[in-house]
Amino acid sequence: MGQPSYSVEIHKVDLSFGSVEVLKDLTLSIHEGEFLVLLGSSGCGKSTLLNCIAGLLDVSDGQIFIKGRNVTWEEPSHRGIGMVFQSYALYPQMSVEGNLSFGLKNAGMPKAEIEKRVARAAEILQIEPLLKRKPAALSGGQRQRVAIGRALVRDVDVFLFDEPLSNLDAKLRADLRVEIKRLHQTLKNTMIYVTHDQVEAMTLADRIAIMKGGAVQQLGSPDEIYNRPQNKYVADFIGSPSMNFVEGTLNGSGMRVTDHTIPMNGYAYSTKHSGETPSWIGIRPEQVVTGEAAKAAPFSTTVEVELVEPMGSDKLVWGQFAGMPFRFRMDGQATVLPGEVMPLGFDPAVASLFDRATEQRI
Amino acid sequence: MAVDASGASGDVPTVGQGARSNGPENRAPAKRPFQLFRNLNAKIASIPMVATALFVFVGCTLWTVVYSFTGSRMLPRFNFVGLDQYERLWSTRRWLVSIENLAIYGVCSLVFSLVIGFTLAALLDQKIRFENTFRTIILYPFALSFIVTGLVWQWILNPEFGLQRTVRSWGFESFTFDPLFTPSIVIYGILIAALWQGTGLIMVLMLAGLRGIDSSIWAAARVDGIPKWKTYVFIIIPMMRPVFVTALVLIAAGIIKVYDLVVAQTNGGPGIASEVPAKYVIETMFRAQNLGQGFAASTMMLVTVLIILIPWAYLEFGGKKRG
Amino acid sequence: MADTITLAKTRSSVADSLRCQGAGMPDPNGPRGAKPRRRFSRRNIFLYGTLILIGAYYLLPLYVMIVTSFKGMPEIRLGNIFSPPVEITYQPWIRAWAEACTGLNCDGLSRGFWNSVQILIPSVVLSIAVASVNGYALANWKFKGSEVFFTILIFGAFIPYQVMLYPIVILLRELGLFGDLSGLVLVHTIFGMPILTLLFRNYFTSLPEELFKAARVDGAGFWGIYFRIMVPMSIPIFVVAVILQVTGIWNDFLFGVIYTRPDQYPMTVQLNNIVNSVQGVKEYNVNMAATLLTGLVPLTIYFISGKLFVRGIAAGAVKG
Repeated sequence: MGQPSYSVEIHKVDLSFGSVEVLKDLTLSIHEGEFLVLLGSSGCGKSTLLNCIAGLLDVSDGQIFIKGRNVTWEEPSHRGIGMVFQSYALYPQMSVEGNLSFGLKNAGMPKAEIEKRVARAAEILQIEPLLKRKPAALSGGQRQRVAIGRALVRDVDVFLFDEPLSNLDAKLRADLRVEIKRLHQTLKNTMIYVTHDQVEAMTLADRIAIMKGGAVQQLGSPDEIYNRPQNKYVADFIGSPSMNFVEGTLNGSGMRVTDHTIPMNGYAYSTKHSGETPSWIGIRPEQVVTGEAAKAAPFSTTVEVELVEPMGSDKLVWGQFAGMPFRFRMDGQATVLPGEVMPLGFDPAVASLFDRATEQRI
Repeated sequence: MAVDASGASGDVPTVGQGARSNGPENRAPAKRPFQLFRNLNAKIASIPMVATALFVFVGCTLWTVVYSFTGSRMLPRFNFVGLDQYERLWSTRRWLVSIENLAIYGVCSLVFSLVIGFTLAALLDQKIRFENTFRTIILYPFALSFIVTGLVWQWILNPEFGLQRTVRSWGFESFTFDPLFTPSIVIYGILIAALWQGTGLIMVLMLAGLRGIDSSIWAAARVDGIPKWKTYVFIIIPMMRPVFVTALVLIAAGIIKVYDLVVAQTNGGPGIASEVPAKYVIETMFRAQNLGQGFAASTMMLVTVLIILIPWAYLEFGGKKRG
Repeated sequence: MADTITLAKTRSSVADSLRCQGAGMPDPNGPRGAKPRRRFSRRNIFLYGTLILIGAYYLLPLYVMIVTSFKGMPEIRLGNIFSPPVEITYQPWIRAWAEACTGLNCDGLSRGFWNSVQILIPSVVLSIAVASVNGYALANWKFKGSEVFFTILIFGAFIPYQVMLYPIVILLRELGLFGDLSGLVLVHTIFGMPILTLLFRNYFTSLPEELFKAARVDGAGFWGIYFRIMVPMSIPIFVVAVILQVTGIWNDFLFGVIYTRPDQYPMTVQLNNIVNSVQGVKEYNVNMAATLLTGLVPLTIYFISGKLFVRGIAAGAVKG
């Protein structure tokens, strides 16, 4: 506990509603100025955790520290946080200015200071011309900007984002994503960001916490999460199209899959293993090479094409490897037809191995 | 305990080093010291609700049930007489007539309200013009008081000057329609007024239910070539089960409460032919100064309500838990 | 019969061959454009005919009330109940408002009208204030047991009033409010509570929860959020509640007759006493004028509010 640079610390937090445990003994520390993304499918507890940090939900057990201060029983407004919501949650009867200043007025801040802060936030977010408007007269993107502004004027250390882009259309989402990233680079605040969208997570995060069933499955940089998933759930969750899993048995000589043996000598093992271990080998569709390159790969085989999904920039090809469905990516310009037999290969060093009993990385 | 808890309380902001030096592990688990004061404002704001629920709905009801076993007459007295009041009640002709009337009125009112209400809603749901006008016309009686409804129908059904004479004056000399002065059918005269007043509400509920049905159901039925009436009977009505249940409960609650209408339209007459339980209760309690008897009769009304309410609550809330 | 079939067949095969020759050209003589609709189809005549008959039936009592109230007694005795007045007279209205007798008072329905107004205004304000705060607490500030009390409240709405009438007399007497208008106001507040609380709770629950959360992050408390965020957003539901309560309380008879003294009787009670009094000659025209006068307040509200009234009863009923 010697590092004072933690901005938010969640210590052994439990939360249950009746008999339903939503968060289980969860511990997570977030660095000063870090952009942490809580990623998971719906019902994994990510939004619940964020609400606990904000103080909108009371934890059943455990503690929450913000800037080293125990805020477990603190009111949301006294925690030094600002929050941005999915539905924007702008007060419909107040103007943009009113929305931005409501919290400051509640805190009894002098008028001049309120005006200064509103003006600054409006400038940063480029919403000055909108200040007198009502939220109903704003577009989705503008509304979300105002919602961010409301967090900004509070001049707090920690920003909480609860799926802020989910209500926007795809193009706007991409624009605002960049803007949030830029905002983080300018302000250098701690930001905790909840999303179910892995692209958002990968592009924004310094670190990603993947959650499932109220617990963190893996905490790491986007790179680590993508390349070295800790367990099969994370491997399956991250990446689109998702990873291929091929069942086999791992032994001294490599991975035996039916009549193939995949040499595993380049693979960086996380754990020691001995004897025969029933396991999965996971290969991402984009790690598979075809054609001439396949023959040069450390492991190569042939697959009959069953289905082709053209996606513009590339094509997703479906086949079967050792009796299991197997997807791989090809160039968008390549001509490939169902029924064709393709040579393909991959480097087992970049693959992931998971124990079939524990689903953990080997 | 309290001292210990307040020491670790987040309500007293402990800053930086101080908080850290304790180390998270040494802290008491997060439980607020005074459960009662959490959400204090909400609790204060709920006092009227809590008082109403406990003192009026539970307290007063239990009080009446308890005192129905006493011989109270002008003033409530706690002299326990067992089931005497109930025995007397069930041997009083006026009560028996009331119950019989309530049964006839209840069954007819339920059936006709649902059938008429649904039919009207289905008619209005045919994408007709002036839908709002028709709906406004059919619903307006619901805005009126039972007293007003009772009095106007008393006038229309007046045999001397009303409908009967008018039809006779058109040449149907032997036309007789005199429910309010014919003991055997007087309850149907009240039913006519009640249906006139209440069917609008049921229609609006049913219409809301019909509108709530996904239009793709209609499209699918049309593609499959199912006739309209069959779609209504076999697809739409089963889908509207919750609306029917709600309507049923509302009508049933209204049936048991029926009082003002009878007072205004017939005042229980001719003789005691149109008495109803609610009226019996009020008159024994406040006119005849026979409190114990009134309590017993009102307890019987409560029992009737429970017989309806409990299966409904079971269906509504028991079903939700399973689903 | 067989001929027609062959004919049809040949025609279609001709059409087929035409289509082949014309390289995909469709049959030009077939149906095209909007499907023709007849305005006076049998279905429409039946539908609108039925609806007009039904509408006439529902309007009939209102019509009878109006025409009767403008007739003189001789005309009523001789004529037909449905015929419009030959000679319009306003006398029945004046008598109903200012001269009709109940018991010893002969100052007409006006007394009842003002009593009703005096009961109505505080009852509506108090019941809505209490129920809206209640509903807000239930929607956003749940505490242990709050749902239990709410459930009791809702089930309480189904208990016949008769069961609770007498104990409430005792309660009011203990509070020194029996026979007083404020006692009746309290009774209306109590019995309006289940439906109104339900109405407000459902409405506040339907508002986005994130708005409430945002206000908490902004440091607003229980009353701050209620007055600054919730009430300004809920004007429609307050209007619905007002409509519901005004009509409900105005139309009340039972509580009025039991919890007030004769000189404070609300309009409905007084109306019933005027019309159903056994003394004197029955003046049907005055009775109908009095009945209309009593119905005027809720009817006006109904016709003005239109959709909101419907929304009120539907919201109160469907979710109940």
